[in-house]
Amino acid sequence: MSRKPISLRTELPLLIWLVIVWGALWRDFSPGNLLFGALIALVVARIFYLPPVELSGRFNVLRAFPFALVFLAKVVAASFQVIYLAVAKGPKVVNAVVEVPLRSHSDLMVTATGHVLSLIPGSLVVEVDRSTSTLYIHGLDIRDEADAARLRKEVQDTEAGLIRIMGTKAELEALEAETAPPAAGTTKGATP
Amino acid sequence: MTPEAGGVDAVIDAVTAVFLVLGALMSLTATIGLLRFPDLMSRMHAATKPQVLGLFLLLAAIGLQMRQWWVWPVLVVAWIFQLLTVPVSAHMVGRAGYRTKHLHPELLSVDELEAVVRRSAAEQEGTGTGPASTAGSAEDPELDDVLGLGEAGDGALRGAAGQNLDDRGDGRGDQGEGKG
Repeated sequence: MSRKPISLRTELPLLIWLVIVWGALWRDFSPGNLLFGALIALVVARIFYLPPVELSGRFNVLRAFPFALVFLAKVVAASFQVIYLAVAKGPKVVNAVVEVPLRSHSDLMVTATGHVLSLIPGSLVVEVDRSTSTLYIHGLDIRDEADAARLRKEVQDTEAGLIRIMGTKAELEALEAETAPPAAGTTKGATP
Repeated sequence: MTPEAGGVDAVIDAVTAVFLVLGALMSLTATIGLLRFPDLMSRMHAATKPQVLGLFLLLAAIGLQMRQWWVWPVLVVAWIFQLLTVPVSAHMVGRAGYRTKHLHPELLSVDELEAVVRRSAAEQEGTGTGPASTAGSAEDPELDDVLGLGEAGDGALRGAAGQNLDDRGDGRGDQGEGKG
């Protein structure tokens, strides 16, 4: 097992998160407790080594806040939709497995997109092809090609939102270049 | 107690009540969904997703009633762990369900994964390389890995390709139950 040495800076978000969890579990945010928590976090991060998560180095809070609100609204709306489907359609519901190629090839971005989609009721990541960063998504109540195209567009919009929040500069530029001219999208299935 | 404080209390109690009832309703959805939906994957939608909102509402209700600041970090951490783990478990069950054919193809309007699996299976058998695929080139080892047809995958492939008679029987039973 080869160990890449990680700089303290890359590890900092993880350490801060561990300290917050420590404080939350003790329900005590006094300096002494936090200091002890930080000590334990350091030791744990050193002993139980995990491959570092490659963050892009940018995080746009102004974009993140509306994204979180929209996400919450979608979760609420989709939850009620699932209730409706469960009660009204039940066994007659028609689904689909849709292939959606993503723009980004970073593991973090694919994971984040998959997580956000899976949390919104109605879509579920069935399979991930990491080499081409393609998600295979099981969508609830997808009756025809138009619905599938809508699902595909939603997935790509979600990814675009995440890239705007925390994608790398290169990804962001590629996204801007793609969205700037409203002409034919390069993405498959954009035109049904 | 001043009447104003009483008013605030009443509002908080009312909001708590709404949150509790809605949260419980979300959990009820999971049960209804499990009973009503026809196959494993649509059941997974009902069983995992509304819970996220349900737990959020219940935790918020707890936070509102406790009225001590130190409960909030615990509640937030609890919800974040829920956010992190629910998609993973849903993905694992969905993925395993797809591979073991616990799904009803006739209920899928579009299935774009099937072709990829079939192509990958064909490559594994060594019968043909197939045309250039949309999901990775033929020599890409990672695709095999992703589709579980890698090291341990041979068995999984056999399972998917040939040995699924049991599964199919199972599926049929499922279907009958769904229709009934």
